[in-house]
Amino acid sequence: MTKKVGLVSAGITRFQRRAKETGKELSYYSAKMALDAAGITRKDVDGVIIGSAPDAFDGVHQKHEYLTDGSGGYNLPTMRGYVGGGTGVFSPIQGWYCIASGVHNIVLITTEEKMSSVLPSTQAAFMTIFDNLIERPLGPNLIWIFALEMRRYMEAHGIPKEHIASVSVKNKENAIDHPSAMLGKKWTLDEVLNSEMLADPVRLLDISPVADGAASFVMMSEEKIKEFGISLDDVAWVDGVGWNVDTTMWTNRDLYYPKYLEKAAHQAYNMAGQKNHSPEVLRKWLSFAEPYDPFNYKELHHLEGLQLFGKGKAPQAAFDGITARDGDFPTCPSGGLLGVGNPIAAAAGMKICEIYWQLTGKAGKRQISGDLTRGLAQAWGDLMQVGTVFIARGGRVE
Amino acid sequence: MNVRGTRLTNDEFHNVAISVDHAPEIQYKWATGVAITKFLAGLKEGKIYGVHCDDCERTVTPPRMFCEECFSPMNNYVELPDTGIINTFSVAYIRTDAVRIEKPQIPVVIDIDGTTLTPSGFLHLLDDVKIEDLKIGMKIKAVWKNPEDRTGDITDIKYFTGVEA
Ligand SMILES: [Zn+2]
Repeated sequence: MTKKVGLVSAGITRFQRRAKETGKELSYYSAKMALDAAGITRKDVDGVIIGSAPDAFDGVHQKHEYLTDGSGGYNLPTMRGYVGGGTGVFSPIQGWYCIASGVHNIVLITTEEKMSSVLPSTQAAFMTIFDNLIERPLGPNLIWIFALEMRRYMEAHGIPKEHIASVSVKNKENAIDHPSAMLGKKWTLDEVLNSEMLADPVRLLDISPVADGAASFVMMSEEKIKEFGISLDDVAWVDGVGWNVDTTMWTNRDLYYPKYLEKAAHQAYNMAGQKNHSPEVLRKWLSFAEPYDPFNYKELHHLEGLQLFGKGKAPQAAFDGITARDGDFPTCPSGGLLGVGNPIAAAAGMKICEIYWQLTGKAGKRQISGDLTRGLAQAWGDLMQVGTVFIARGGRVE
Repeated sequence: MNVRGTRLTNDEFHNVAISVDHAPEIQYKWATGVAITKFLAGLKEGKIYGVHCDDCERTVTPPRMFCEECFSPMNNYVELPDTGIINTFSVAYIRTDAVRIEKPQIPVVIDIDGTTLTPSGFLHLLDDVKIEDLKIGMKIKAVWKNPEDRTGDITDIKYFTGVEA
């Protein structure tokens, strides 16, 4: 029998292209903010999780060791999990099993990324994720694989680019209300559709910006939540978690659909006790979602992998406003990576923060109206092969 | 919410703020393993190798030493044609170092003919094609370097190009 685990606070830095602060200092800001918001100190914490993506950005190998102090992990059981872009949602999964298993009672989780240190551009570091024997000699860059996947997805369902571009418009506008955001702005569909062509069909405004930033959260066992007298209004219970990884041989699978994410989603829904995985049922059961949106089409691709829309159905729904913050099923109410920014692990950590703030009514101008029951955050990464899923429910929701 | 963090502009970062530079001097030389050595040696001879899983009854490329599906060893190498169809492609105006380029590169994922169960293949580049004619499902073939110029590298295939109908 696993223990019941709740998120009790969240903290986040500003996201920006270049921060003066080191990664360790950014981690300190968000970790301290999360501790303060929970009304606890580092002395109360008995385990620390660090989530951070490739060391190649920092030029500091095994950077979790470097980040440990800033993440509050000094002299504590501390670990780093790393699944590329999927990391920021994998870190709270690690936090969950540390408490659910009875190993720890209070865990501080920090997701961090500092991408501005690598020169001349982050693409040089991204190169190192490609197959070293038969792909790197061709000079690939990361935008290639998004373009290749996006085209395959569009072709499979005959998706018009307008539908995909609408996700950029929505998320960048949602981000206007996020105090951490880099790119909150109201763009028109035409501006997105006519932005600079980088790798057909990917244009500049289809992509989220690289960034520096950190996001943290505190998780507690139910006993500790009671012991500290934390109101259930300030709690979001961990309801379900799932993760799955496909092969790095990405040229051997059909990129139109993320099968690995479907498997991760089934795992999370089943754990949460939701046995019916049809899109209509799931969209009622969940109040909103924060799917991973490093590129606009990825939000749609992921909504389908998550079973929240049928295959090929998400683009039209987005275009029709169903996923707007005031729509029937809001997605990326935070502004997502497209609007808030994409400091890799911290960007997905930002989605966990958003789930917490939305479910506890602390999302400020971004607050979705109505009674929210459950929220889902999802991330994706490695070489287009990993899916991580995290579902939380409101403190008073049974 | 008191969000913290101090923004540096590009100019501040490069010209004003105190920073420390480091350009690591590091090189790698990778042994190419059992299966990819076979594949690269094949390219040097102008051949594309796949490998057959006798348990899953499928032929895949690039070759691998074991089947990731059933976890059986794979050592039944088969020569495949140097033709296939476009699985997906892009027309890229940005290089690895993010520099914009005039003449685009055309990365392509090729489903190599002769692979079975589900199509499989690898990443390469297209050239000598009309961009406006490109589409998923189009038949393409390898254009090889001259035998004396091949080194046992993925670039022994110069590029893929269209097959006349
Ligand atoms: Zn097999």
